[in-house]
Order: sequence, then structure tokens, then C-alpha cells
Amino acid sequence: MNKVTRIEGRAVPVEGNDIDTDRIIPARYLKEITFTNMGKYPFYDERFDAEGKPKGHPFDLPPYQGASILFVNQNFGCGSSREHAPQSLLRWGIRAIIGESFAEIFAGNCTMLGIPTATVGQAEMQRLQGLAKENPGTPFVVDLEKKALLSGGKEHLKFEIHESKRNALVNGTWDSTGLLLANAGKTAEVARKLPYVNGFQPQG
Amino acid sequence: MAKGTLYNKVWDAHVVDQLPTGQTQLFIGLHLIHEVTSPQAFDMVAEKGLKVAYPNRTFATVDHIVPTKSQARPFQDHEAEQMMGAIEKNVKKFGIPFFDFKSGNQGIVHIIGPEMGLTQPGMTIACGDSHTSTHGAFGTLAFGIGTTQVRDVLATQCLGLDALKVRRVNVNGKLKPGVTAKDVTLTIIQKLGVKGGIGYAYEYGGSVFDAMTMEERMTVCNMAIEGGARAGYVNPDQTTFDYLKGRKYAPTADKWDKAVAYWKSVASDKDAVYDDVVDFNGGDIEPVVTWGITPDQSVGVNDRLPEIGRFPADEVKTVELAYRHMDLKPGAPIKGTPIDVAFIGSCTNGRLSDLREAAKVARGRKVAKTVRAFVVPGSQQVKAAAEKEGLDRIFTEAGFEWRAAGCSMCLAMNPDKLSGREISASSSNRNFIGRQGSKDGRTMLMSPAMVAAAAIEGKVADVRELMK
Repeated sequence: MNKVTRIEGRAVPVEGNDIDTDRIIPARYLKEITFTNMGKYPFYDERFDAEGKPKGHPFDLPPYQGASILFVNQNFGCGSSREHAPQSLLRWGIRAIIGESFAEIFAGNCTMLGIPTATVGQAEMQRLQGLAKENPGTPFVVDLEKKALLSGGKEHLKFEIHESKRNALVNGTWDSTGLLLANAGKTAEVARKLPYVNGFQPQG
Repeated sequence: MAKGTLYNKVWDAHVVDQLPTGQTQLFIGLHLIHEVTSPQAFDMVAEKGLKVAYPNRTFATVDHIVPTKSQARPFQDHEAEQMMGAIEKNVKKFGIPFFDFKSGNQGIVHIIGPEMGLTQPGMTIACGDSHTSTHGAFGTLAFGIGTTQVRDVLATQCLGLDALKVRRVNVNGKLKPGVTAKDVTLTIIQKLGVKGGIGYAYEYGGSVFDAMTMEERMTVCNMAIEGGARAGYVNPDQTTFDYLKGRKYAPTADKWDKAVAYWKSVASDKDAVYDDVVDFNGGDIEPVVTWGITPDQSVGVNDRLPEIGRFPADEVKTVELAYRHMDLKPGAPIKGTPIDVAFIGSCTNGRLSDLREAAKVARGRKVAKTVRAFVVPGSQQVKAAAEKEGLDRIFTEAGFEWRAAGCSMCLAMNPDKLSGREISASSSNRNFIGRQGSKDGRTMLMSPAMVAAAAIEGKVADVRELMK
């Protein structure tokens, strides 16, 4: 599997706290039974008016086309567990998300797709979003080994990322089925010992 | 680090291994699936050439996309019909028990699990739905997962997880008349915030929880996730055991005592250690109404909407957006806000006791002419039980529509939606922008009895004034 160690590219800022997954992808798009088209839908209702004309959301502004890093604020991805949210961002082109904080289910879903969710402080994020707004062409590198965001070849700032998520990404084990399946024997053993699985039989 | 809590005990009993990533591989005792977040997961299992590892530990139903007016097949919405076809095909192919319309047990996944006795203390439970926290009411460790994790549970019956911290949330004292479990959970979220629970499981306790029924405990745990806590739970006690006895999947006579012994053993120790403890006085809690776009933006029904200056600087943007979206004004009373739609139902408040509370308010009264009101039982069983005691007639005589079981307008993935700028009084769990099917639609969350009161008055009302 792919090791995720460095993500290079321009950054797109999406400002606001508590941006929930209904806002990232409205529920009506969850009726599709594959993720194939999800790249068309991120932030749909915030991007388009009733006639389908763009309203000037960063995801539609020319300088951010092709951006691969997303800058967000607090509690990004709260609400519904729908994986359609990170799927839509990934398929739009996002490969890494830097924010002040993330809702837990959302961050877990991102890791399962190989998208790092890294955190920085509030002042740092304001600076980063400002930079991406004033100078959208700024190239960034998300370096998971150094836990640093680089720009212009220089270390811009350090970020935090949950160590187990970082390990999974840099070691290429974020698609976890293989790891879990390798323990099938141990899994069966745990199951046998659980009273509600073994029909509340006494343990020998 | 928490010690001796139910969280610690249930976690430890389910540990399979430490993964090289640093995560823990945890066995999942009960896996619940529904039509929306499972089709891609089944495809991934098939693509990898894998099987469902423990097909008897996964149970399926349909809830999110099902219409609540006519459930005749094929559904009018061809995408919904296709989704229904996908789950029917997958449960057959992989040998998974399926509670469909014909079973008499179909309903919202978090309502039918407890109702059938599938949800039992001391289990780990996962489902591709954030409101899986509901099952914590039984003293389980239950959390929502995404579709790729659904794939992992199907293929291995396990998840790779990071441990949570545990916050004890005490509510002591006694609730005032007219104050419900919904008001308790909304108050906790209002005080601790929608981000307050990130990284935590919430253990709810204290005399208010001791006195609650299982259905009330489910309402509180259901909304743990709205406070940022992926899991919330109540320690199992006699109320829990009494609820489970005799249910379809509950342990039978010869195993009952052993089961109860196990269930008692997982409860938090008296000297358990928590990462954090917060205390609430139940007597201070008022009927709550949300006024904004996150579930922590709420006030007591007799309060005025907060001034923007009262919020910390980094919350101001969200608050301003909330006021703009809702078209409400700081300083205005919430009581008297006109409504267009009244929705009673959802995994938060679609159980029999919720419908009874709402029916008490509706009995002998009429829904305001300006309001479209409907009641959606959470399951086929809830519907049948409600009809048996005549609740359907109370509602329809008052002018509410009486519907079939499903998620309905909680998330509007079905024909039940707000249109345009309609504003609803809703017994569901999320007031997010666009949540109820119209990007300009507006939602005020409250208890089912408060929704019934708003439906009758045509505006937000204090249910206690209708109880006199």
C-alpha cells in the first residue's frame, strides 16, 4: 500500500468553526450507491445557487483549482459519520487537511482514505488561511515525517497529528483490513472468551 | 487515565492486539448496518475477495431512505429503490439477518437494536451512523464509523481504534415537571459545547439518570455525538435488566442469571477514576429550544436569544452565520417564534414513550392552520404499539399526519423535507444548515412534547402552559 509521507501543493482555505458533514456533502448525494461521483459535490449548497451558478466559494475560484491541501478551523467534519464527506474532498483533489481541530469520526474516516488530518493553533491557522487567501499560489509541503508544514523549501511551522494516524500513513498501513485480518486467530480467541458470544458459558 | 470505568472494562475485554500503528485492534460484538453506508462496504469486501467473517454478529435494516407515506415497491425515487435493492442483494449474498418491511421489525437502526434485545450491556457496538452512541444507554461501548470501517468490521469483526478519555457527567437532583431527557441532553451540550467531547467517552450518571427509563437514557446517549463525544453510556442497573427481559434476542431463562452477573460486572467501580468530572443540577434544567445551526446554540424556552458580545471571539463568525441563517435576532424571546412544520420522530425521540408524551399534549387539541405536522414512529413495533393504545387517533384527530417507520425529516434522504425557508420544530438531533432537506430550511430542536405544543400554538411555546 502507498506510504503517505509528503503532500505537496497549493492550499485552499475554507473558514469557519463547526463545519459539519451535512455542509461538506448534503444528504441527497448519499443516495448514490458508489463513491464514484462524490468529487462533484463537496460544499455543494454553499457553492451553487438554485440555478447551479457558482457563488464564489473557494472551491470554485480559479486560483484554488488543483489545490491539494485544505486549511480549516475548529471541529471540522462534525456531525454525521458519512464517509462521503472525506470521499468528496479526496475526489475533488484534497490530499491533506490542516485544521485547528477535527471531529473524531471524520478524522478516522480521513485516515482510512490516506488523508492526514493535522492540527495547528488558532493564531497559526489564521496566518495560514491569510497566506492562502493573499497569495493563493504559495506552494506548501505537508511533511509527515518532520511533522512540519514547509513553504518555499523552508519549515513554516510544526503541526500535531495523532501518532497512530501518522504511523499508519507513513508506514502505508492506513488501509487496515490486512492488519486486522492477520489477527484472525486471536480474534476468534477473544470472541470465544466473551460471555455474550459464547452463550454465557463458564470459562475453563 | 481513567481506571475501573465501564469504558475501561469493556474495552479491555475486547482487545485483540496492539497494532504496529499504535492503535488497538478491538473485537466488535454487534454490528448494525443500514442501506446508506453499507453498499460500498460490501463492494470493497467483494473486491478484496473476502467474506463476512461473523455474519451472525451483523444485523441489517432499512431506515434512512425509506418513504414514510407509501412504502409500496418499487419506490418512486429510483435512487432509493436502487439502494434498497443493493442491501437486499448484499444481505442475501453474505447471509446477514435482515429486518425488512415484511419482518414487522423494520425501523431506525438505533431503535430496533434495543427493541429486539440485540443491544446488551458489556458489548462493543459499531454502525455506519454517528448516532450509534444511542446504544450506550445499555452500558455498551458504541460508536459510529465510516464506510471503509464498515468494510473492516464485515471482513474481520474488528476495528483499529485509539483509546478515549472518560468524562463523568453527573446530573443530580430532580427534573422539574415538563422537563425531559431531551432537555437534559441539550443542556449538557449547551454547557460543554459541540467540541467539548472531542477525545472523550461520556459516562452519564447521578440521580437523574438513575431515575430515567431506558428510553430516556437512549435519548441522552443518542446526542453524545452532538457534544463531540463519539460514545456516551450509562452504567447498567435493574432498569436495564428489566427492559431486556423477554426481548427477542435477550438471553433466555437458563442463561439469564449468568448474563446479569456479567452485565453487573462491567459497571464502573465505586472508586473508578475519570479523566474529567462535570456536575449539573437537574432542578436547574428548563425545556430547551435551539435557535442556531449547531446543537449547542440553545436557550431555555423562556429565555431571550443571546447577544453576540457574549460569545468568545472565535465563535462570533459561527454565531453571526447562525443568526443570518435562522433570521432570528439577539435579545428576542425564542417563545412565540412562528413555525411552519412540526416533526416528531427520529432515533432521538421516535420511541413509544416519546409519542405518548407528545400525544398527551395533542389530545383534544388542533394543530394550528399554518403548520404542517407529522409523527413518524421509529419502528414498526413502535407504530403497532402506539396504534394499539390509540395514539395514532389522538394525533390524526388533532391534525397530525401519522406515518410509517423511518428516519424521515431528521435528515431528509427521503420525501420528507422542508422546502424553501420553512422553519421546523423538530424532535430530531441536528439543526445544521440544510439538514432537513432545504439549503435555506431552518430547524429548532426540542423535546417531542415541546414540538407538539409548538404544532398546536403555531409557534414555540412552553409545554408546561399546556399541561396546566
